Amino acid sequence: MTRWCCATASGSGRCCTYLGQSLTTQTPIVEAIGPRLVSTLRLAGLTALVSVPLAIGLGILSASREGTVLDRSLAIGALAAISFPEFFTAYLLILVFSVKLGWFPNLSTIFPEMGFWEALNAMVLPVVALACLVTAHMMRMTRTSILAVMSQPYIEMAFLKGVPRSAVITRHALPNAAAPIIAVVAMNLAYLVVGIVVIEVVFVYPGLGQYMVDAVAKRDIPVVQACGLIFGIAFIGLNLLSDILAVLVNPRLRRPNRGR
Amino acid sequence: MMARLRIPPTAIFGILVLALFIGMALFGPWIVPYDPDTTVGRTWTGPSAEFWLGTDNIGRDILSRVISGARTTIGLALVTTILSFAIGVSLGIFAAVAGPRVDAVLSRVVDMFLSIPVLIMALIVLTALGSSIPTLILTIALLDSTRVYLVARAVAVDVASRDFVDVARLRGESLPWIMAHEILPNALPPLISEFGLRFCFNFLYVASLSFLGLGVQPPQADWGGMVRENGQAITFGILAPIWPAMAIAIVTVAVNLIVDWLLSRNTRPSGASAEL
Repeated sequence: MTRWCCATASGSGRCCTYLGQSLTTQTPIVEAIGPRLVSTLRLAGLTALVSVPLAIGLGILSASREGTVLDRSLAIGALAAISFPEFFTAYLLILVFSVKLGWFPNLSTIFPEMGFWEALNAMVLPVVALACLVTAHMMRMTRTSILAVMSQPYIEMAFLKGVPRSAVITRHALPNAAAPIIAVVAMNLAYLVVGIVVIEVVFVYPGLGQYMVDAVAKRDIPVVQACGLIFGIAFIGLNLLSDILAVLVNPRLRRPNRGR
Repeated sequence: MMARLRIPPTAIFGILVLALFIGMALFGPWIVPYDPDTTVGRTWTGPSAEFWLGTDNIGRDILSRVISGARTTIGLALVTTILSFAIGVSLGIFAAVAGPRVDAVLSRVVDMFLSIPVLIMALIVLTALGSSIPTLILTIALLDSTRVYLVARAVAVDVASRDFVDVARLRGESLPWIMAHEILPNALPPLISEFGLRFCFNFLYVASLSFLGLGVQPPQADWGGMVRENGQAITFGILAPIWPAMAIAIVTVAVNLIVDWLLSRNTRPSGASAEL
């Protein structure tokens, strides 16, 4: 276990024998994982960059227009995005934007020789497919957190003072709903870990998920273990981050709640 | 009383769609237009009067395969969820009544499993053990039961602190009797909507694993596997992989609509239903 952790922490180079050798290619796993890890992180990072502001914005919008047509259509859209398997969303996107409209390539195989804009263009569809899923989860929870705060007495007080609804939400409700929202954001980024495996296979994106699935098909146990370890670390790390941020934002959580 | 029977239109839609697919699963072999496993046409022909949804990568009728795949895919998810609930609920209730030491041990073991996403863990286990339907069911059921355990334990802890449980203990009832007759009936309503939710997750896990080539093995018709077999067709603008994927999406939406309705019923304050 310690050998593994050391190897993952240092990435490549000194500790390169630590993750072991692949059974099928007889080469050190770290060498194969390095560039793939970077690709996967790039995909996940771009998705987070798109989906976090979008989800929080839509969540706030949805909460402030509670019960309107806009709110309901956003809720239906979110339900659909959550229920659809990743590959369904992905194939629909390919069908519309790649085959019918021809805007983006249907496979996202990225080569090191590709220019920045070319590579970015190839990544648009996988990022959108992943973002759909993650955004829907985060938006629903943002909306719920804000509405939970909205039932508090001090919000009623603000309304009675004559503060307009938009100001009540941004000035009074949002700071108090920040803690659950931040926790939800970190938790859903952890959910990316699962979604990314399927999306990489659909788009033939040269990332860690595809590497893992290939290895599973060949029953190459050391590679599967190594990939599983990295995904596990990402998952636990993001969950830990969500817990820490929740405590940082909400001082009430700093003292353990003994005995209800 | 009448108001309690009112079902929102979304839930009715969900129930109807689900009934349609369950009908497919039950009566599949009698209503398929063609044999799902034999080649009846050319490769990847589009929808036509002869083949309503077109043909797949080796010329089998897609409609027939979607219908016969309903039994495999829905059946697998259902068996997995039932097994996962049997394990998760009994352990969860056991942890709530058997004392703090058992609770601590069980909960820490579950925490360990929670630290790795189900799909990733399933990939690792299936690599080690090889992919077959019993392995698939057991793996997902065991992994999923840790999530069920959390919910069941939380509900059962609430119930176990009530007076009637103490009375039952004082009467000298055995632990299994208390679990089955005092705790379980009172923990049931939230667990039923949880069942729908977990079914959705398991359904998507089974479909995703089959899509990745590690679930149900060909030539058996199964929706996730069908998407995989026909994935290439999408680059030619052929809809072959969309149909089975859409079937998965529709079933999940339907179950989610029903779960939403059940959840909104459960979260209604207990006095409210009597008032209406």
